[in-house]
Amino acid sequence: MNRREFLKTTSLAAVSTALLGSGVFTDVKAAELVDNPPPKKPFDEALKEITGGKAVSDSDKVKLVAPEIAENGAVVPVTVEVELPIEQVKAIHILADKNHNARTMSVYFTPANGKAYISTRIRLAETMNVVAVAQLADGSFIKTQKPVKVTIGGCG
Amino acid sequence: MARQALVKINPKEYKKGDLIRIDSVIMHPMDTGLVKDKESGKYIAAHYITSVEVYYGDEKITWMEVSASVSANPFISFYVKATKSAPLKIVWKDNKGEVTEKVIDIKVD
Repeated sequence: MNRREFLKTTSLAAVSTALLGSGVFTDVKAAELVDNPPPKKPFDEALKEITGGKAVSDSDKVKLVAPEIAENGAVVPVTVEVELPIEQVKAIHILADKNHNARTMSVYFTPANGKAYISTRIRLAETMNVVAVAQLADGSFIKTQKPVKVTIGGCG
Repeated sequence: MARQALVKINPKEYKKGDLIRIDSVIMHPMDTGLVKDKESGKYIAAHYITSVEVYYGDEKITWMEVSASVSANPFISFYVKATKSAPLKIVWKDNKGEVTEKVIDIKVD
């Protein structure tokens, strides 16, 4: 695949995400309908599931890059990097503390990665903190967090 | 292949031991299950990617648990250390059992 093809499709992805609300990309009629929404997973529960109740300390070794103000909460770019040798990092967990399911993504690494780095795009339902938790090989957890202001509609 | 997926590596040229960034995108609606259908008032069933697995040769080097809080058409970027010439395979699985695979070749001199 060449660069141009990649860029074309990724920009298509951004456009279709923007249009998602109007149902252009997803065929809503074909989608299955159910009575109940999925169960809620609040932040405290999600964090406990990850750490098993262990204390999580703040650390500047975890670098979290997210916009201060996100105009569209449906597509918020988030990058997390842990500035420790890859052998010492087992996983990175990204949480959004007021989302329906606070546990957004967990990434498990091996030394073949070379670097504890993950970049993705997440959804934020409202203004909230994005929390990046790093699970270290010695069993401890470190985190950093950043508030992201969401202005859906773009006129806030 | 059920869905369209793209994988790009950056930089294009690298030597043994270099870190390569892998950028990937898959077309997926990522329905959260929290949106109501306007006509029937029922919820649109959740349909989202639940896991992403990355194989380098025969070795599983990274795996991810993904929830519906990830944006539609998930973009994921991570690093791989170029140690051998082997295919890099990314496998996406969703909660309805759809599986999408994409393989690219990593050639190391």
